[in-house]
Amino acid sequence: MSEEGYMLLQIGPQHPGSGHMRMLVKLDGDVIVDFIPDVGYVHRTVEKIAETKLYIQNIPLLEKPILNDSGNANLAYIIAVEKLLDVEPPPRAQYLRTIMAELSRIASHLYGIGILSILIGSSTGFMWAFGDREIFIHLMQMMSGARITYSYMVPGGVRRDLPDQFREEFRKAARYMRRRYKDYEKIIIKNPVTRARLEGVGVLSREKAIEWGTVGPNLRASGVAYDVRKVEPYAAYEDIDFEIAVREEGDCYARLLVRFQEIMESLKIIEQALEKIPNGKILAEKYEKMIQPRAKKLVEGTGRIKFPAIYVNLKPPKGEVFSRVESGKGEITVYLVSNGSPKPYRLRFVTPSFRNLLTFKNLIPGHRLADFPAIYGSLDYFPPGADR
Amino acid sequence: MELKERIETIVGSTGEVRIDRGNIVVEVKEPKKIIEIAKKLKAEGFDHVKSVSGVDYSDQGYFEIVYHVSSYSTPELAKAILVLKVKVPSDNPRSPSLIEIWPSVEMMERETYEMYGIIFEGHPELKRLFLPEEFEGVYPLRKSFKIKEEGIMA
Amino acid sequence: MILIGNMEEFLRRAAKWLIEKKPIRDVRDWGIHFSLWPVHLTTACCGVEFAAVSDPKYDAERFGVLPFVGPRQTNFILIEGTLTRKMARAARLVYEQMPEPKFVIAMGACAIDGGIFWNSYNIVRAHEILPVEVFIPGCPPRPEAVIQAVMKLQKKIKRGDYYYGVERED
Ligand code: SF4
Repeated sequence: MSEEGYMLLQIGPQHPGSGHMRMLVKLDGDVIVDFIPDVGYVHRTVEKIAETKLYIQNIPLLEKPILNDSGNANLAYIIAVEKLLDVEPPPRAQYLRTIMAELSRIASHLYGIGILSILIGSSTGFMWAFGDREIFIHLMQMMSGARITYSYMVPGGVRRDLPDQFREEFRKAARYMRRRYKDYEKIIIKNPVTRARLEGVGVLSREKAIEWGTVGPNLRASGVAYDVRKVEPYAAYEDIDFEIAVREEGDCYARLLVRFQEIMESLKIIEQALEKIPNGKILAEKYEKMIQPRAKKLVEGTGRIKFPAIYVNLKPPKGEVFSRVESGKGEITVYLVSNGSPKPYRLRFVTPSFRNLLTFKNLIPGHRLADFPAIYGSLDYFPPGADR
Repeated sequence: MELKERIETIVGSTGEVRIDRGNIVVEVKEPKKIIEIAKKLKAEGFDHVKSVSGVDYSDQGYFEIVYHVSSYSTPELAKAILVLKVKVPSDNPRSPSLIEIWPSVEMMERETYEMYGIIFEGHPELKRLFLPEEFEGVYPLRKSFKIKEEGIMA
Repeated sequence: MILIGNMEEFLRRAAKWLIEKKPIRDVRDWGIHFSLWPVHLTTACCGVEFAAVSDPKYDAERFGVLPFVGPRQTNFILIEGTLTRKMARAARLVYEQMPEPKFVIAMGACAIDGGIFWNSYNIVRAHEILPVEVFIPGCPPRPEAVIQAVMKLQKKIKRGDYYYGVERED
């Protein structure tokens, strides 16, 4: 009990409803009057370490904070490095990147939906979403060879070409997911329990969302049609026709619906990308010709890039760049300063969860404690991302 | 570019405006002036801050605070990224906080304080955010804070 | 009173001695190895893969592993990746709260020796603060690897070859 007669409650870090953080809530009865997130439990000093690593070594490093959406984290960094180096990947690579980014987005959304479901006590939702996530992980594994940490994109292109069976497998996955969506609708979306727990809870108004700099589906669920894929098209998004999922309500339920809608939209994007994908190289000419002649045969035979030696010693010219991409959780921005040495001088990596932290902090007060997990889950907050 | 001219008139003599790789860079000459400029930019439609970063140039005697500002509500401004830069001396790093104008800087300014020791005057809650207590007074992202490195390459 | 106190102490020791005897101990270890309840403490990004371990594809519940809420009802802690200084304190605290016998598995390259964050100033190696039974390499380890580690731990328990915490030191 604090002086004013409020009760102080500590949640986490060892708690199913907290993830990797501690939260201090001040309660009046069961209404939250004040909320202090105590973050930093996963602060692994990524920005400092990045200054001690070579540009190529930072690719896997920067995936780690956003591990459940690593395709997009990878892309944000690579776009920044490419802007510095002034290389343009060939069109086929751009399409492959788009496919990767979208698959990663679907996996990330399913992860978020699963966590939200378990937080509001629906084990079915968790099991279904995580089970279906495995399908998309399988597809990404086909493309890159890894389950979670893809490191698929490299400066100037991508690491591997599309495997032969990919189209077939994806068609199956898309068909399955569409059919599955109907089940989700019945069991989770229209479930009276889900609606009772989420509808009208944690309402984030449009003005506040803008003021607090909210990102991603949380922003779009509050009626702001902002999506980096449309605003500043990167990869192959310019040639692809898709819609931004926007809702006006701004409550937890709207955020859930936006995620589902984006999954369906992503399936369409990948289908289009697979249709339009041009033939050709997957690595920029500049680096392609530096591959050793002996390795070249291998590259042509297997569609797998053997890195040219230059990658160890990438030295971008002096300068600074800023890149942004739309990941599953929201906008990732990278601010990269180079002083001409093989290591970044400064790398600022702002993750969507870190930007949503302020929203989270300000949104909670005024709600009942029982609504706390629902709001937390609906923001798709990922502590390793926020803490970096 | 039309936008650049508009910003030039806003900034006037208090700063320098240039274009760097498609982004509009505003270098504010004096930390005190930044509030004034920010207020005008907000009125122009720049409504949130995407990232606040510190950059350590202490070998040249200053830290640089970089705000990346953009807009959600005005679609044509959303395409632009405005880079607002201000230099503070490294022996006494102080700059006014922009929290009054853009509440979205709250956590990021706090992090910059924690990592660089830059004091944002007027910030209501300038404390450590991520690091445990033993880092009080130690600013890990400064270049003077050394960590182990791999010795493969210079 | 003193007599009763001594009596209690004596009985406790006798019971312990009896349990440590061959047939009973075997039965106990056999029992433990089927009921490993990990505590719900997610320490870093390996948690993504640990979540996948309990999903329908890998289904760790087959081995009796299901994350549980309170440390008081659990006997098994899985360090999921990096331990930062703040988190290390929490992990140690949770570990102390768990009843004996308890087991630790360290998951991921980070929990072994820092992994990709080896030169970070804010991390702690897991084996420095907890008695780890099984390490799982990988960044992140695949769910299969986690399951294999759990099975290794089960074998170890069945053999009776595990760290007993404080009790063993005498
Ligand atoms: S081992 Fe890899 S995945 Fe696991 S916590 Fe460390 S960096 Fe993250």
